[in-house]
Amino acid sequence: MKPVNQKAWFLVLPVLLLVAISAVIPLMTVVNYSVQDTFGNNQFFWAGTSWYEKVLHSERFWNALLRDLMFSAIILAIEIPLGVIVALAMPRKGWGVAVCLVLMALPLLIPWNVVGTIWQVFSREDIGLLGGALKGMGVDYNAVQDPVDAWVTLIVMDVWHWTSLVTLLAYAGLVSIPDAYYQAARIDGASGWSVFRFIQLPKMARVLTIAVLLRFMDSFMIFAEPFVVTGGGPGNTTTFMSIDLENLRASNELGQGAAMSLIYFLIILLFSWIFYAVMTREDAPRPDKAPDKTGGAP
Amino acid sequence: MSFAWMAWTLPTTLFFVAIALLLTGMGVLAKLAPRNEPRVGILRIATQRGDRLFLSLLGSAFIHLAWIALAPAALPLWMATMASLVYAALVFRFA
Repeated sequence: MKPVNQKAWFLVLPVLLLVAISAVIPLMTVVNYSVQDTFGNNQFFWAGTSWYEKVLHSERFWNALLRDLMFSAIILAIEIPLGVIVALAMPRKGWGVAVCLVLMALPLLIPWNVVGTIWQVFSREDIGLLGGALKGMGVDYNAVQDPVDAWVTLIVMDVWHWTSLVTLLAYAGLVSIPDAYYQAARIDGASGWSVFRFIQLPKMARVLTIAVLLRFMDSFMIFAEPFVVTGGGPGNTTTFMSIDLENLRASNELGQGAAMSLIYFLIILLFSWIFYAVMTREDAPRPDKAPDKTGGAP
Repeated sequence: MSFAWMAWTLPTTLFFVAIALLLTGMGVLAKLAPRNEPRVGILRIATQRGDRLFLSLLGSAFIHLAWIALAPAALPLWMATMASLVYAALVFRFA
Protein backbone atom coordinates (compact mmCIF):
# COMPACT_ATOMS: atom_id res chain seq x y z
CA MET A 1 0.00 0.00 0.00
CA LYS A 2 1.32 3.43 -0.96
CA PRO A 3 1.94 5.90 1.86
CA VAL A 4 -0.59 8.72 1.97
CA ASN A 5 0.88 12.21 1.84
CA GLN A 6 -1.62 14.88 2.79
CA LYS A 7 0.81 17.68 1.92
CA ALA A 8 -0.55 17.67 -1.63
CA TRP A 9 -3.59 19.51 -0.28
CA PHE A 10 -1.39 22.62 0.00
CA LEU A 11 -1.16 22.62 -3.80
CA VAL A 12 -4.89 23.34 -4.08
CA LEU A 13 -4.79 26.21 -1.59
CA PRO A 14 -4.27 28.91 -4.27
CA VAL A 15 -7.30 27.59 -6.15
CA LEU A 16 -9.35 27.53 -2.96
CA LEU A 17 -8.39 31.15 -2.34
CA LEU A 18 -9.34 32.10 -5.88
CA VAL A 19 -12.70 30.33 -5.60
CA ALA A 20 -13.32 31.98 -2.23
CA ILE A 21 -12.81 35.42 -3.71
CA SER A 22 -14.55 34.84 -7.02
CA ALA A 23 -17.46 32.63 -5.94
CA VAL A 24 -18.00 32.12 -2.20
CA ILE A 25 -17.82 35.75 -1.09
CA PRO A 26 -20.14 36.97 -3.89
CA LEU A 27 -22.54 34.12 -3.10
CA MET A 28 -22.58 35.06 0.59
CA THR A 29 -23.23 38.67 -0.40
CA VAL A 30 -26.15 37.60 -2.59
CA VAL A 31 -27.60 35.66 0.36
CA ASN A 32 -27.27 38.78 2.51
CA TYR A 33 -28.93 40.96 -0.15
CA SER A 34 -31.79 38.50 -0.59
CA VAL A 35 -33.14 39.14 2.91
CA GLN A 36 -32.75 42.92 2.81
CA ASP A 37 -33.89 45.98 0.93
CA THR A 38 -31.72 48.91 -0.06
CA PHE A 39 -32.12 52.36 -1.51
CA GLY A 40 -28.40 52.68 -2.24
CA ASN A 41 -25.54 54.25 -0.31
CA ASN A 42 -24.77 50.90 1.41
CA GLN A 43 -27.84 51.21 3.63
CA PHE A 44 -29.81 48.01 4.05
CA PHE A 45 -33.10 47.21 5.78
CA TRP A 46 -34.20 43.80 6.98
CA ALA A 47 -36.87 42.31 4.69
CA GLY A 48 -36.95 38.69 5.87
CA THR A 49 -38.35 36.26 3.32
CA SER A 50 -40.49 38.86 1.55
CA TRP A 51 -38.36 38.87 -1.62
CA TYR A 52 -38.60 35.09 -1.88
CA GLU A 53 -42.39 35.34 -1.41
CA LYS A 54 -42.57 37.97 -4.12
CA VAL A 55 -40.47 35.95 -6.57
CA LEU A 56 -42.17 32.61 -5.90
CA HIS A 57 -45.64 34.11 -6.22
CA SER A 58 -44.86 36.04 -9.40
CA GLU A 59 -46.01 34.81 -12.80
CA ARG A 60 -42.98 36.53 -14.30
CA PHE A 61 -40.57 34.15 -12.49
CA TRP A 62 -42.44 30.96 -13.39
CA ASN A 63 -42.79 32.03 -17.03
CA ALA A 64 -39.05 32.75 -17.27
CA LEU A 65 -38.26 29.38 -15.65
CA LEU A 66 -40.60 27.62 -18.08
CA ARG A 67 -38.91 29.36 -21.02
CA ASP A 68 -35.50 28.26 -19.73
CA LEU A 69 -36.62 24.64 -19.37
CA MET A 70 -38.26 24.67 -22.79
CA PHE A 71 -35.22 26.16 -24.45
CA SER A 72 -32.88 23.62 -22.81
CA ALA A 73 -35.17 20.70 -23.73
CA ILE A 74 -35.42 21.80 -27.37
CA ILE A 75 -31.72 22.40 -27.90
CA LEU A 76 -30.79 19.11 -26.17
CA ALA A 77 -33.29 17.24 -28.36
CA ILE A 78 -31.63 18.71 -31.45
CA GLU A 79 -27.95 19.04 -30.53
CA ILE A 80 -27.33 15.62 -29.00
CA PRO A 81 -28.63 13.48 -31.93
CA LEU A 82 -27.23 15.91 -34.49
CA GLY A 83 -23.83 15.94 -32.79
CA VAL A 84 -23.73 12.13 -32.80
CA ILE A 85 -24.75 11.96 -36.47
CA VAL A 86 -22.02 14.43 -37.46
CA ALA A 87 -19.46 12.54 -35.35
CA LEU A 88 -20.42 9.27 -37.05
CA ALA A 89 -20.00 10.92 -40.45
CA MET A 90 -16.56 12.35 -39.66
CA PRO A 91 -13.52 10.49 -41.06
CA ARG A 92 -11.39 8.45 -38.62
CA LYS A 93 -8.19 8.47 -40.70
CA GLY A 94 -6.36 10.67 -43.18
CA TRP A 95 -6.11 14.41 -43.75
CA GLY A 96 -9.86 14.89 -43.37
CA VAL A 97 -9.62 14.33 -39.62
CA ALA A 98 -7.66 17.51 -38.93
CA VAL A 99 -9.83 19.57 -41.30
CA CYS A 100 -13.05 18.35 -39.68
CA LEU A 101 -11.74 18.88 -36.15
CA VAL A 102 -10.68 22.47 -36.92
CA LEU A 103 -14.02 23.22 -38.63
CA MET A 104 -15.89 21.76 -35.68
CA ALA A 105 -13.87 23.76 -33.18
CA LEU A 106 -14.35 27.10 -34.96
CA PRO A 107 -17.81 28.04 -33.62
CA LEU A 108 -16.65 27.19 -30.08
CA LEU A 109 -13.89 29.78 -30.30
CA ILE A 110 -16.28 32.67 -30.88
CA PRO A 111 -17.31 34.58 -27.74
CA TRP A 112 -21.00 34.49 -26.78
CA ASN A 113 -21.69 38.19 -27.34
CA VAL A 114 -20.00 38.07 -30.76
CA VAL A 115 -22.18 35.09 -31.70
CA GLY A 116 -25.19 37.16 -30.64
CA THR A 117 -24.06 40.12 -32.75
CA ILE A 118 -23.38 37.90 -35.78
CA TRP A 119 -26.87 36.40 -35.58
CA GLN A 120 -28.52 39.70 -34.79
CA VAL A 121 -27.12 41.12 -38.05
CA PHE A 122 -27.57 37.83 -39.93
CA SER A 123 -31.28 37.66 -39.11
CA ARG A 124 -32.12 41.26 -39.98
CA GLU A 125 -34.32 41.45 -43.02
CA ASP A 126 -32.85 44.74 -44.27
CA ILE A 127 -29.11 43.97 -44.17
CA GLY A 128 -28.84 40.36 -42.92
CA LEU A 129 -28.12 37.44 -45.23
CA LEU A 130 -30.62 35.11 -43.55
CA GLY A 131 -33.37 37.68 -43.04
CA GLY A 132 -32.91 39.11 -46.53
CA ALA A 133 -32.84 35.68 -48.19
CA LEU A 134 -35.99 34.55 -46.39
CA LYS A 135 -37.71 37.79 -47.29
CA GLY A 136 -36.61 37.34 -50.90
CA MET A 137 -38.18 33.86 -50.92
CA GLY A 138 -41.42 35.31 -49.68
CA VAL A 139 -41.14 33.89 -46.14
CA ASP A 140 -42.77 36.09 -43.55
CA TYR A 141 -39.84 36.19 -41.12
CA ASN A 142 -39.18 38.81 -38.48
CA ALA A 143 -37.24 37.84 -35.37
CA VAL A 144 -37.84 41.25 -33.80
CA GLN A 145 -41.63 41.19 -33.94
CA ASP A 146 -42.67 37.54 -34.19
CA PRO A 147 -42.20 35.34 -31.08
CA VAL A 148 -41.96 32.09 -33.07
CA ASP A 149 -39.35 33.59 -35.41
CA ALA A 150 -37.41 34.88 -32.39
CA TRP A 151 -37.40 31.43 -30.79
CA VAL A 152 -36.44 29.69 -34.04
CA THR A 153 -33.57 32.15 -34.51
CA LEU A 154 -32.27 31.58 -30.97
CA ILE A 155 -32.52 27.80 -31.31
CA VAL A 156 -30.81 27.71 -34.71
CA MET A 157 -28.10 30.04 -33.35
CA ASP A 158 -27.48 27.80 -30.35
CA VAL A 159 -27.44 24.69 -32.53
CA TRP A 160 -24.91 26.38 -34.83
CA HIS A 161 -22.77 27.48 -31.88
CA TRP A 162 -22.77 24.37 -29.71
CA THR A 163 -23.53 21.23 -31.73
CA SER A 164 -19.83 20.95 -32.50
CA LEU A 165 -19.09 20.51 -28.80
CA VAL A 166 -21.34 17.45 -28.74
CA THR A 167 -19.74 16.29 -32.00
CA LEU A 168 -16.21 16.58 -30.61
CA LEU A 169 -17.14 14.72 -27.43
CA ALA A 170 -18.98 11.98 -29.35
CA TYR A 171 -16.05 11.74 -31.79
CA ALA A 172 -13.64 11.29 -28.87
CA GLY A 173 -15.82 8.43 -27.65
CA LEU A 174 -15.96 6.86 -31.13
CA VAL A 175 -12.22 6.92 -31.82
CA SER A 176 -11.53 5.26 -28.48
CA ILE A 177 -13.38 2.08 -29.55
CA PRO A 178 -10.82 -0.61 -30.42
CA ASP A 179 -10.97 -2.10 -33.93
CA ALA A 180 -11.51 -5.55 -32.41
CA TYR A 181 -15.13 -4.64 -31.65
CA TYR A 182 -15.81 -3.77 -35.29
CA GLN A 183 -14.00 -6.92 -36.49
CA ALA A 184 -16.15 -9.06 -34.19
CA ALA A 185 -19.27 -7.29 -35.45
CA ARG A 186 -18.25 -7.93 -39.08
CA ILE A 187 -17.66 -11.64 -38.35
CA ASP A 188 -21.12 -11.84 -36.78
CA GLY A 189 -22.63 -10.06 -39.78
CA ALA A 190 -23.97 -7.20 -37.65
CA SER A 191 -25.91 -4.48 -39.44
CA GLY A 192 -24.91 -0.83 -39.29
CA TRP A 193 -27.69 -0.15 -36.80
CA SER A 194 -26.60 -3.05 -34.57
CA VAL A 195 -23.02 -1.75 -34.55
CA PHE A 196 -24.32 1.65 -33.50
CA ARG A 197 -26.79 0.31 -30.94
CA PHE A 198 -24.58 -2.30 -29.25
CA ILE A 199 -21.03 -1.00 -29.75
CA GLN A 200 -20.84 2.70 -30.53
CA LEU A 201 -23.69 4.02 -28.39
CA PRO A 202 -22.65 2.19 -25.17
CA LYS A 203 -19.06 3.31 -25.69
CA MET A 204 -20.20 6.91 -26.19
CA ALA A 205 -22.61 6.86 -23.23
CA ARG A 206 -20.16 8.45 -20.80
CA VAL A 207 -19.13 11.33 -23.04
CA LEU A 208 -22.72 11.88 -24.13
CA THR A 209 -23.77 12.21 -20.48
CA ILE A 210 -21.08 14.85 -20.06
CA ALA A 211 -22.31 16.53 -23.25
CA VAL A 212 -25.89 16.58 -21.95
CA LEU A 213 -24.72 18.01 -18.62
CA LEU A 214 -22.58 20.71 -20.23
CA ARG A 215 -25.21 21.69 -22.76
CA PHE A 216 -27.98 21.72 -20.19
CA MET A 217 -25.98 23.94 -17.84
CA ASP A 218 -24.96 26.32 -20.60
CA SER A 219 -28.38 26.56 -22.21
CA PHE A 220 -30.15 26.93 -18.88
CA MET A 221 -27.86 29.85 -18.03
CA ILE A 222 -27.95 31.37 -21.53
CA PHE A 223 -27.71 35.15 -21.43
CA ALA A 224 -25.49 37.01 -23.89
CA GLU A 225 -26.83 35.59 -27.16
CA PRO A 226 -30.57 36.20 -26.61
CA PHE A 227 -29.78 39.48 -24.86
CA VAL A 228 -28.03 40.70 -28.00
CA VAL A 229 -30.29 39.07 -30.63
CA THR A 230 -33.77 39.68 -29.19
CA GLY A 231 -33.19 41.62 -25.96
CA GLY A 232 -35.77 39.33 -24.34
CA GLY A 233 -38.48 40.27 -26.82
CA PRO A 234 -40.78 40.56 -28.58
CA GLY A 235 -42.64 41.36 -25.38
CA ASN A 236 -41.24 38.93 -22.85
CA THR A 237 -41.30 35.88 -25.09
CA THR A 238 -37.54 35.28 -24.99
CA THR A 239 -36.92 36.71 -21.52
CA PHE A 240 -35.03 33.90 -19.84
CA MET A 241 -34.23 33.98 -16.13
CA SER A 242 -30.78 35.41 -16.73
CA ILE A 243 -32.23 38.29 -18.76
CA ASP A 244 -34.90 38.85 -16.12
CA LEU A 245 -32.12 39.07 -13.53
CA GLU A 246 -30.31 41.64 -15.61
CA ASN A 247 -33.55 43.64 -15.84
CA LEU A 248 -33.86 43.55 -12.05
CA ARG A 249 -30.25 44.63 -11.63
CA ALA A 250 -30.72 47.45 -14.10
CA SER A 251 -33.69 48.72 -12.11
CA ASN A 252 -31.62 48.41 -8.89
CA GLU A 253 -33.93 45.75 -7.38
CA LEU A 254 -31.06 44.10 -5.51
CA GLY A 255 -33.17 42.19 -2.98
CA GLN A 256 -35.56 40.65 -5.48
CA GLY A 257 -32.71 39.98 -7.90
CA ALA A 258 -30.68 38.27 -5.17
CA ALA A 259 -33.63 36.06 -4.13
CA MET A 260 -34.23 35.10 -7.75
CA SER A 261 -30.49 34.44 -8.26
CA LEU A 262 -30.42 32.04 -5.34
CA ILE A 263 -33.47 30.14 -6.56
CA TYR A 264 -31.85 29.98 -10.01
CA PHE A 265 -28.61 28.75 -8.41
CA LEU A 266 -30.42 26.05 -6.40
CA ILE A 267 -32.22 24.78 -9.52
CA ILE A 268 -28.92 24.53 -11.39
CA LEU A 269 -27.33 22.81 -8.39
CA LEU A 270 -30.18 20.29 -8.28
CA PHE A 271 -29.94 19.45 -11.98
CA SER A 272 -26.14 19.23 -11.76
CA TRP A 273 -26.44 16.78 -8.89
CA ILE A 274 -28.98 14.67 -10.79
CA PHE A 275 -26.63 14.48 -13.78
CA TYR A 276 -23.67 13.74 -11.50
CA ALA A 277 -25.65 10.95 -9.84
CA VAL A 278 -26.55 9.45 -13.20
CA MET A 279 -22.95 9.71 -14.39
CA THR A 280 -21.50 8.03 -11.30
CA ARG A 281 -24.24 5.43 -10.99
CA GLU A 282 -22.30 2.85 -13.01
CA ASP A 283 -19.42 3.04 -10.54
CA ALA A 284 -21.63 2.28 -7.55
CA PRO A 285 -20.82 -0.87 -5.62
CA ARG A 286 -23.50 -3.55 -5.95
CA PRO A 287 -24.06 -4.97 -2.48
CA ASP A 288 -27.06 -6.95 -3.71
CA LYS A 289 -24.80 -9.09 -5.89
CA ALA A 290 -22.70 -11.86 -4.40
CA PRO A 291 -18.95 -11.29 -4.64
CA ASP A 292 -17.28 -13.07 -7.51
CA LYS A 293 -15.18 -15.80 -5.90
CA THR A 294 -13.61 -16.91 -9.15
CA GLY A 295 -11.48 -13.77 -9.28
CA GLY A 296 -13.37 -12.41 -12.25
CA ALA A 297 -12.87 -15.44 -14.50
CA PRO A 298 -15.93 -16.32 -16.58
CA MET B 1 -10.82 46.85 4.76
CA SER B 2 -14.54 47.34 5.11
CA PHE B 3 -17.06 44.62 4.39
CA ALA B 4 -20.09 46.90 4.72
CA TRP B 5 -20.94 46.25 1.08
CA MET B 6 -21.56 42.60 1.98
CA ALA B 7 -24.50 43.79 4.11
CA TRP B 8 -24.10 41.23 6.90
CA THR B 9 -27.01 40.55 9.21
CA LEU B 10 -27.15 38.40 12.35
CA PRO B 11 -29.40 35.68 10.84
CA THR B 12 -27.27 35.29 7.70
CA THR B 13 -24.07 35.32 9.78
CA LEU B 14 -25.48 32.55 11.98
CA PHE B 15 -26.52 30.64 8.86
CA PHE B 16 -23.01 30.70 7.38
CA VAL B 17 -21.38 29.95 10.73
CA ALA B 18 -23.66 26.90 11.00
CA ILE B 19 -22.65 25.77 7.49
CA ALA B 20 -18.96 26.27 8.33
CA LEU B 21 -19.36 24.32 11.58
CA LEU B 22 -21.14 21.51 9.76
CA LEU B 23 -18.33 21.25 7.20
CA THR B 24 -15.66 21.37 9.91
CA GLY B 25 -17.57 18.80 11.93
CA MET B 26 -17.79 16.47 8.94
CA GLY B 27 -14.04 16.83 8.40
CA VAL B 28 -13.30 16.02 12.04
CA LEU B 29 -15.74 13.10 11.95
CA ALA B 30 -14.08 11.70 8.84
CA LYS B 31 -10.75 11.76 10.67
CA LEU B 32 -11.95 10.43 14.02
CA ALA B 33 -14.61 7.95 12.91
CA PRO B 34 -14.01 6.92 9.32
CA ARG B 35 -16.62 4.64 7.80
CA ASN B 36 -16.44 1.90 5.24
CA GLU B 37 -18.06 3.96 2.52
CA PRO B 38 -19.51 4.69 -0.02
CA ARG B 39 -22.74 2.80 0.47
CA VAL B 40 -25.80 2.38 -1.73
CA GLY B 41 -29.15 3.32 -0.23
CA ILE B 42 -32.65 3.89 -1.51
CA LEU B 43 -31.41 6.37 -4.12
CA ARG B 44 -29.46 3.49 -5.74
CA ILE B 45 -26.32 5.62 -5.99
CA ALA B 46 -23.12 5.47 -3.99
CA THR B 47 -23.12 8.12 -1.28
CA GLN B 48 -20.67 9.13 1.41
CA ARG B 49 -21.38 11.23 4.48
CA GLY B 50 -20.48 14.39 2.57
CA ASP B 51 -22.90 13.48 -0.23
CA ARG B 52 -25.66 12.95 2.31
CA LEU B 53 -24.92 16.32 3.93
CA PHE B 54 -25.06 17.97 0.51
CA LEU B 55 -28.38 16.27 -0.25
CA SER B 56 -29.73 17.31 3.14
CA LEU B 57 -28.76 20.96 2.64
CA LEU B 58 -30.02 21.10 -0.95
CA GLY B 59 -33.28 19.38 -0.03
CA SER B 60 -33.71 21.68 2.98
CA ALA B 61 -33.36 24.72 0.74
CA PHE B 62 -36.10 23.39 -1.54
CA ILE B 63 -38.33 22.51 1.41
CA HIS B 64 -38.05 26.11 2.63
CA LEU B 65 -38.75 27.48 -0.87
CA ALA B 66 -41.74 25.17 -1.28
CA TRP B 67 -42.99 26.28 2.13
CA ILE B 68 -42.76 29.94 1.16
CA ALA B 69 -44.45 29.25 -2.20
CA LEU B 70 -47.22 26.89 -1.11
CA ALA B 71 -47.89 26.99 2.63
CA PRO B 72 -50.55 29.33 4.01
CA ALA B 73 -49.11 32.51 5.53
CA ALA B 74 -50.34 31.46 8.98
CA LEU B 75 -47.86 28.57 9.09
CA PRO B 76 -44.49 29.87 10.34
CA LEU B 77 -41.23 29.14 8.54
CA TRP B 78 -39.70 27.27 11.48
CA MET B 79 -42.05 24.41 10.63
CA ALA B 80 -40.21 24.09 7.31
CA THR B 81 -36.96 23.96 9.31
CA MET B 82 -38.38 21.13 11.42
CA ALA B 83 -39.46 19.30 8.25
CA SER B 84 -35.93 19.82 6.88
CA LEU B 85 -34.38 18.26 9.99
CA VAL B 86 -36.62 15.21 9.62
CA TYR B 87 -35.73 15.04 5.93
CA ALA B 88 -31.99 15.30 6.76
CA ALA B 89 -32.31 12.50 9.33
CA LEU B 90 -34.01 10.30 6.71
CA VAL B 91 -31.31 11.09 4.14
CA PHE B 92 -28.52 10.22 6.59
CA ARG B 93 -30.27 6.99 7.56
CA PHE B 94 -31.52 5.65 4.24
CA ALA B 95 -29.79 7.45 1.30
